[in-house]
Amino acid sequence: MNAQEVAGWVKDAEAAFLAASDLDALKIARLAHTGDKAAISLASRSLGTLSPDEKASFGKIIGEAKGQISLALENATKKLEAQRDQKVLLEEVVDVTLPASRMHRGGLHPITIIKNEISDFFIEQGFSVAEGPEMESGWLNFDALNIPADHPARTMQDTFFIEPLESGIVLRTQTSPVQIRTMLTQEPPIYIISPGRTFRADELDATHSPVFHQVEGLVVDRGITMAHLKGTLDNFAQHMFGPDVTTRLRPSFFPFTEPSAEVDIFFNGRWIEWGGCGMVNPKVLQTCGIDTDIYTGFAFGMGLERTLMVRHGITDMHDIVEGDLRFTRQFGMGL
Amino acid sequence: MRAPLSWLREFAAIPANTKAEEISDAFIRVGFEVEEIIIQGSDLTGPLVVAKVLAIEELTGNKKAIRYVELDCGEKESRFVICGASNFAVGDLVVAALPGAVLPGNFAISARETYGKTSNGMICSSRELGLGEDHSGIIVLPARSLAVGSDAIAALEINDVIFDIAVNPDRGYALSIRGLAREIAGALNVAFTDPINAIKELKFEKSGDGVKPVLEDGASIFYLRTLTNYKADSVTPLWMSRRIEKMGMRSISLAVDITNYVMLELGQPLHAFDRAKIQGNLRIGRVKENQKFRTLDGQERNITAEDLMVMDDRAPLALAGTMGGLDSEITDATTDLALEAVRFDPIAIAKNSRRHKLSTEASRRLERSVDSSLAQYASARFAQLLIELGGATHVETQSAGTQNLPSEINFDPAYISRILGLEIDAKKIAKILEVIGCTVSKNFTIQPPSWRWDLTQPADLVEEVARMIGYDAIPSLLPPRPRHASLTWQQKRIRMMSMALAARGLSEVQTFPFTSDAIIESMGYVNERAKTYRIANPMSEDFPVLRTHLLPGLAAVAARNIGRGARDFAIFEIGSIFRNSQELIPAISPELGKKPTPAKISEIFASIPMQHLHLGAILVGKVEDASWRGASRDYEWSDAIAVAQEMLGLCNLEASIVRSDFAPWHPGRCAELIIDGKPVAHAGELHPRVIEQFALPARSVAFVINVSALPQSPRVRAQSVGAMPPALQDVALVVDQSVSASAVEAALRKGAGELLESIVLFDRYDKMGDGKVSLAYAMTFRASDRTLTGAEITQAREAAVAAAVADCGAVLRTA
Repeated sequence: MNAQEVAGWVKDAEAAFLAASDLDALKIARLAHTGDKAAISLASRSLGTLSPDEKASFGKIIGEAKGQISLALENATKKLEAQRDQKVLLEEVVDVTLPASRMHRGGLHPITIIKNEISDFFIEQGFSVAEGPEMESGWLNFDALNIPADHPARTMQDTFFIEPLESGIVLRTQTSPVQIRTMLTQEPPIYIISPGRTFRADELDATHSPVFHQVEGLVVDRGITMAHLKGTLDNFAQHMFGPDVTTRLRPSFFPFTEPSAEVDIFFNGRWIEWGGCGMVNPKVLQTCGIDTDIYTGFAFGMGLERTLMVRHGITDMHDIVEGDLRFTRQFGMGL
Repeated sequence: MRAPLSWLREFAAIPANTKAEEISDAFIRVGFEVEEIIIQGSDLTGPLVVAKVLAIEELTGNKKAIRYVELDCGEKESRFVICGASNFAVGDLVVAALPGAVLPGNFAISARETYGKTSNGMICSSRELGLGEDHSGIIVLPARSLAVGSDAIAALEINDVIFDIAVNPDRGYALSIRGLAREIAGALNVAFTDPINAIKELKFEKSGDGVKPVLEDGASIFYLRTLTNYKADSVTPLWMSRRIEKMGMRSISLAVDITNYVMLELGQPLHAFDRAKIQGNLRIGRVKENQKFRTLDGQERNITAEDLMVMDDRAPLALAGTMGGLDSEITDATTDLALEAVRFDPIAIAKNSRRHKLSTEASRRLERSVDSSLAQYASARFAQLLIELGGATHVETQSAGTQNLPSEINFDPAYISRILGLEIDAKKIAKILEVIGCTVSKNFTIQPPSWRWDLTQPADLVEEVARMIGYDAIPSLLPPRPRHASLTWQQKRIRMMSMALAARGLSEVQTFPFTSDAIIESMGYVNERAKTYRIANPMSEDFPVLRTHLLPGLAAVAARNIGRGARDFAIFEIGSIFRNSQELIPAISPELGKKPTPAKISEIFASIPMQHLHLGAILVGKVEDASWRGASRDYEWSDAIAVAQEMLGLCNLEASIVRSDFAPWHPGRCAELIIDGKPVAHAGELHPRVIEQFALPARSVAFVINVSALPQSPRVRAQSVGAMPPALQDVALVVDQSVSASAVEAALRKGAGELLESIVLFDRYDKMGDGKVSLAYAMTFRASDRTLTGAEITQAREAAVAAAVADCGAVLRTA
């Protein structure tokens, strides 16, 4: 046994590890060059038979050789493991572009989405969301709103009447009776919106539906002025149509507000009628027992279908009311 | 309401250089929506001349009648033109477009060869000149009214701007040129001349005995002017007929044209009777006995004491303020007229109009309140024009009743800024109120003018000031911020459920809440779900009642989607249903202007039946979309129950389940979900008959939750879960098929006691024969404070099995 011989074993082991083509071949080479019967193992075991001097010098040589063989094995293992991993993972490649979801695509109706969006906007401003029945007392839907029985304004809205006619019950033509219900049962300050389904005897066509939705707002508090109405509408319009939208109030007539106005928005390069608004008519406040010397209020109302159509370029009301999934699914859960 | 600029200018000093758009903007600014600006004559260039027909040669042998006409156009020689119309005769004045003229539609006139003749111009119809739709014949001008050869563009006042204005129902006074001229003068800040001022100067001498007016009911003042010697062959002058045409009406005869003209000019509807047909006095009142009455439109109407009528001593002559009677109409032979001008009670006219479904130019104005001074002045204007243009003589004018005025309003100018949030000087406020016709006293007592019956309270004056100043002047401010608000728990719950369903692959739909008795019956609804409310005036006789359940509407939408090619999908709807749960009582209509008593308010609220909110869904076809991984399974009864349970689970509610025979579900495959002893939902497979009726895929499933019936979930009292290990135990039990799985689970839970954490049915085998099924449960036991011992676990499991044996006749299945 001499140093040269030991160097040869190292060389042989290194060559054998390098030659191994996979981890199994490397295992055979490892056993051959590091196993119990490998020359270096035998030499290591025979160190005990040597004189102390020889033991020291040969021990050092063999120790270094073992280190070199071990390093060579480690390198070869790393290399072959990497080769194996790469090969295996390549074999397992899939087409990740295959359609993955098999669940039906669901979604909310766009009217629900826009109603939620408006509710969230006003809740954030401190308004509550008030609701009321769709089959409603004519007194709440008309009389209390200063629309007397024989006033032309009453025939302006084609009302669905419930039998017997003496009951005076109608399908509400507006969500305004919710305002009356709120004012009859709550003390100011009142800050509410009332989104909901409303009814008018209009034939279904591209822009009308006998069943549609409105959102109305009502504020009754001390010191409320028409300036607050404008501010609220400006804010609301910008939320719904973007920061560049501008609003315009135009004098108009609603029995339940005085002064009254139409709200127009300038959107996509033209003025579009959006809704109606005004300062709550003192006659309405008085019927609800609100002291008009202390309180003033404003109210506004918009059609949800109209808002949706303007904002999303919907041209046919049929799409909104027919329940065709191809239409609804475009909106997902948000607009 | 139309308003030709040429006519507005007669009373409003609108500068000549003011553009149509500026005028339109001004109208809009003060609250008059301009729906259309019609610019007449802009696409017409002359020469267009008044021509006289000298001779007519009928050309034969053509498909239609063709005339070769010799015209005097005021030139040295006469012209010859071809004309297809035949409503004119030799001597008539017509309108001729000469070569070089361009008519609307870029139609250039030139001399041309046609029908073997040279046509040297064209005789024009109204439509060809862009004046109206009339193309039934050419325009024949009133005889002797114009010089031959004169410019017809000027004579016909073709060049004009006509504003088509939507007048709000509170502004009856603006259904007149006078009213609109006052508005535009105010909006443009130019001078306004009230036409009434000149009429006030008119004097008529009594020359005999006229018809006497009697006012019994339904009006405040009634003027009756009797005239005689009217020349029935009088011709309406061109200026008048052209204005009437520009307003969208037709010229009929001089007497009728004057009534219409005065109505358009001043806003007061007038009715001219043939005096010869009036017996005795002319009365406004009501009939004592129901009777038939034929109106001008030829309709026979049933008249009762509900109707306000104009009558003579013998019979009704007109449906007051709405339409005259056929029998007392003026005719070609009428020489003596009685002109009625009345300030009717607007409600009486609204009722007349509504009862007889008859909305006329007259009723539209009268039901919106007419200027109470006009009974006198408009009738005077009529008399003036009939005397001047029709050669008539005034006989006698009599009136009944008195002219009333709107009530005074005590006004505090500071109220303006309190409402508008904008300071306006009191002097300016007074000035504006005077512009609209009010009289303003030193202490700001406001007398509204006779035409402003809509001004009844200070708020009405605020609107007047605001619109005249311009709404743009009002600043934009956010209101004071109220306390925090949020959705109610029900609103949050509805939103959560809808979003969960959408995330789970269901699409929301909204259907009309209308249905029919036939649908209710075919679905198998009984009892409360078969009783609903009926719409007196439904859109369609096919759907005259309100829905009692969401499923018919959802099934129809499902069928529509299938018809359009969809196969596998799930849809849901959240909406109100209407069940005839209470008899409707006569309307409760407390007095307005003060708050009803709390008892009265409760009564009103209670008179409206409860309208529950339901959540319904229909699931058809496959559970999943078609996929490259292979076909999915069909929806089955348990899927509907599962989704319904999940919805209750979202609300932290747990329902017990029993099988229910409940339409429109399959009687053997419908689960009733019960909370606190009350059914809150039904779910399962639809009845095969319903599936067939709507042509849905076999075994389609559905669920409906009565959202209104769900209790509020209790606030959770949280339990600490600890970190002790669980002990898992499986048991398999054999029970009779008639025993429900929920009963077995309940027995196991009861027997296992408090150590049981959860229980899952992980296997069910129903092919054992003998009417038995095997149910295998995985039970998880845990204590929060210690690791369970083997003995404890065994004891708990055995106690569970023992309870199942005792309660359900279960037999422990051994391996």
